[in-house]
Amino acid sequence: MENYLILNTLNYPILSLLLIVPAVGALVAMFLRGETLLKFWGLAVTLVTALISLPLWTRFDQTTAKYQFVELRHWFPALDLDFVVGVDGISVLLVLLTTLVMPLCVLCSWTYIKTRWKEFIIVTLLMETAMLGVFVSLNTVLFWIFWEGMLVPMYLIIAIWGGARKDYASIKFFLYTFCGSIFLLVAIVSMYIKTGTFFIPDLMAHDFGFSYQVWIFLACALGFAIKMPMFPFHTWLPAAHVEAPVAGSVILASILLKMGGYGFLRFCLPMAPAATVYFVPLLLVMSLISIVVGGYLALGQSDIKKLIAYSSVGHMGFVTLGIFLLNDAGIKGAMLQMINHGVTTGALFILIGIIYERTHSREIADNSKLGMFMPIYVTFLGIFSLSSLAFPGTNSFVGEFLVLFGAFDKYPLVGAVSILGAILAAAYMLRLMQKMVWDDSDGHAHHGDDHGDGHGDEGGHTLFDCNVREFVQLAFLTVFVFWIGLHPTPLLDMMDSSIAHLLHQIEAGSVMPEAVHHGESHALLNNAGTWIKNLF
Amino acid sequence: MLNTVFMPEIALMLTALVLFFMTLGKFRTGTVQAVSLVLTALTLVITFASLGTQGLMFYDVYQIDALSQLFKVVIVFGLFLVFFLGRDLVGIEEKLHTEYNMFLAISALGLMFLSSSVELLTILLSLEISSYALYVVIPFRRGQGRLHVEAGIKYILFGAASTGLTLYGMSYIFGLAHTTYLSELTEKLPVLVATQPLAVIAIILVMTAFFYKLAMFPMHFWAPDVYQGAANETTSFVATLPKVGAVLLLLRFIAVAGFDISQVTWVLAAIAVMSMVFGNFSALVQTDLKRLLAYSSIAHAGYVMIGILTADAMGMAAAVFYVIGYLLMNLAAFYVIYNIAPKGQNVTFDDLKGLSRRSPLLALTLLVSVFGMAGIPPTIGFIGKFMIFTGALHKGFYALVIIAVMNAAVASYYYLKMARAAYCAADDEQDAIVLPFGAKLMGTFFIVAIILIGALPQSILSAAKEAVSTLL
Repeated sequence: MENYLILNTLNYPILSLLLIVPAVGALVAMFLRGETLLKFWGLAVTLVTALISLPLWTRFDQTTAKYQFVELRHWFPALDLDFVVGVDGISVLLVLLTTLVMPLCVLCSWTYIKTRWKEFIIVTLLMETAMLGVFVSLNTVLFWIFWEGMLVPMYLIIAIWGGARKDYASIKFFLYTFCGSIFLLVAIVSMYIKTGTFFIPDLMAHDFGFSYQVWIFLACALGFAIKMPMFPFHTWLPAAHVEAPVAGSVILASILLKMGGYGFLRFCLPMAPAATVYFVPLLLVMSLISIVVGGYLALGQSDIKKLIAYSSVGHMGFVTLGIFLLNDAGIKGAMLQMINHGVTTGALFILIGIIYERTHSREIADNSKLGMFMPIYVTFLGIFSLSSLAFPGTNSFVGEFLVLFGAFDKYPLVGAVSILGAILAAAYMLRLMQKMVWDDSDGHAHHGDDHGDGHGDEGGHTLFDCNVREFVQLAFLTVFVFWIGLHPTPLLDMMDSSIAHLLHQIEAGSVMPEAVHHGESHALLNNAGTWIKNLF
Repeated sequence: MLNTVFMPEIALMLTALVLFFMTLGKFRTGTVQAVSLVLTALTLVITFASLGTQGLMFYDVYQIDALSQLFKVVIVFGLFLVFFLGRDLVGIEEKLHTEYNMFLAISALGLMFLSSSVELLTILLSLEISSYALYVVIPFRRGQGRLHVEAGIKYILFGAASTGLTLYGMSYIFGLAHTTYLSELTEKLPVLVATQPLAVIAIILVMTAFFYKLAMFPMHFWAPDVYQGAANETTSFVATLPKVGAVLLLLRFIAVAGFDISQVTWVLAAIAVMSMVFGNFSALVQTDLKRLLAYSSIAHAGYVMIGILTADAMGMAAAVFYVIGYLLMNLAAFYVIYNIAPKGQNVTFDDLKGLSRRSPLLALTLLVSVFGMAGIPPTIGFIGKFMIFTGALHKGFYALVIIAVMNAAVASYYYLKMARAAYCAADDEQDAIVLPFGAKLMGTFFIVAIILIGALPQSILSAAKEAVSTLL
């Protein structure tokens, strides 16, 4: 077991602290009174967590693919269950993304959430613990506990503070993800019975037979594809996004959706490499459909949140596409795309929250011609919209470029189809931007008329520009847009050795003797490449 | 020797006796409840002290071992919680309060005897002691039409029928093996099960009475009506304690039938599947919470049965753990139901609306309880399901686990519906529910217990493992 681990050398248990601080913060919040105090408490706890997580960036050893900052404690000896946490190049970035986005979730709810702040802070902090737990767990059961435990706070966030159809959306979210992940549990238990361990690196190293891998892959992939969400399991996402409060949307978009991709990289690829290669055509086709269908659906939306939600389906299609290209550029691009989507789409949802607080409508038509009233706001809207459509110089460009590069390198036709998604993204984002910033098609600057009551000349409209709090959030994310856009090397360096190791695992695993003995599957393995080429 | 190992039973007998003498006089509800609670708490302490004792008495029909003592602790603790939960007995006729508590104590006593019985006729006697007390108690209900009478009659009729079938099965077993002692049957029956179809039928017939207690398909028909018709506090007893006893006896009988996968296993597997599917799908459309919990308990019986039928250390320990968790989670749900029905009426989804405003503690208790029953980590319900699945996969019951898992997904819908009702806004503003200190304490206890045992299950699980090791 020690071959894969580098024990924590810091003089404090950094990963445990990350898990404990928000949970304890939630516990303390139960005894606090007063809305303002609770708001600042929530902000303080998330900021402290973010600060604690920073050494993960500075002290991370980029030269090794081993798990770092590892802590190992006995937890549940009856089943040989240990509490093992650690990060590698794949998870460390997602951990940092989580800790950095969470303070923004509190900030963007500052005036948006009007009731039950105590409960809100409690569930948000519990959510943070659960999400971080998913990324740092090196034990399948621990992973599943956090993965599933996350559903409850997220369900509550949608069900309590959600919009008009929150009942429908929250139940749909819960049932969809629950159905998917419960098969993951069966896979986890079944792998334990086969190998006698819950320890993820041991499972990765174990040589499962091909037919067994197929089942493992399917059971895991269902859960992850739903979480991603991949077409045709994406229908919960628009419902949940539209009804969730702004913090809920940000958490969903920035972090929750990444767990699907993370799951693929952590479970499916290394544990079932032969099955992965076998299923590559299927997953690539599903990704392409996600990209194109997501883009087309986004094109037709009149609700801003729905538009962004469908655009997420398309963006996540790029992520799965990158992952299942199974080459260096593809997986790196997918990882980068996950981070980018977290930054950009998170920011877009914050922007929607800001405008919703002012106009109480998410319809594009009700929010037009903002350029006249809110110059700072539309500047940010412009930056993040361009980032979302992968404009060169912004973060998404790098990720999408890497994925496309990987695609053209391996299957040119796949690359050609996915280009369509990039074009669609430009179409719907530019349309959104044009309508919101300049459009005057309904013939009058209605905001002044609606709210001004004749005082329009005194600026009696409600469309105040961003205040300092909103500016800080957006400016913070803007830094990442340009940093990753212009200089992504540090991020790519972080994941370099882990991804090389992952590719090595797949290569070693997919030529295993048993798969060769398995006549039928062997033929299909050979056909994996030609199959996809014949499709187009 | 008899004094020390038999102390828990003697203590509970004395409790019942004291309550019997109190029925002769007139006492206020507060006094009755205080006396019951103190005496049960004493019994609980004594039962705890008896953990780890061993013994065989009354011509070897009564066995004290780790398994029986663990279940006795659970039963007495459950009885204590039931007394504590129904503090004012609002659902019961005023003049019957003392009798009510007495009969509950007697029923629990019967279950205690049941835990230690290792001979067929003793098992039957203990079972009847526990059942007869309940037959009397179920129609004790104040001012709710005639539902409770119907419930009482159904409970008796089904109880009598299943006991009859069990006796019939016992006659077969006696005919086949010429003994009624489980220890001797353990040696003879596994061979017979493998060769004689009659032995399979006999074993299943003997188990019928316990299917009935556990509300297991096909003896589940009474559950929804009895849950609905009996008073809220009575239901909290019927729904939990007899099921604990039934699980123990099913474990003993599966040990008798043999640990290899036999035809008995497949019959039980079919029953488990039917129980889960029938229970979960029927629960989806219920509006009365007690009816819903009845169907959910039918489904839970199916999960427990999966653990039992694996007949190995892991699966049976999982079943024991699961039923302990089930007891806690169900009592938590009934605690909420009792407290939002001040007149002892039945509770529907509409009554749950706005609960989080009226009483945050009750809403949180309900939330934890239903998420526990749905098997969401980190609750006791999750560890229970996880252990059961691990045990079943260990024995290779892949199809069974996949069916169970799909059922868990179906079940999450109606559990979620309860949580949603508690946290959504009320149609009209209702008064806040003021809980006395004891009730607050109890709510907190349920929340902490369900989550804490879920996060740190080691101690209870090792107790369960030690307990089932006496069977192997």
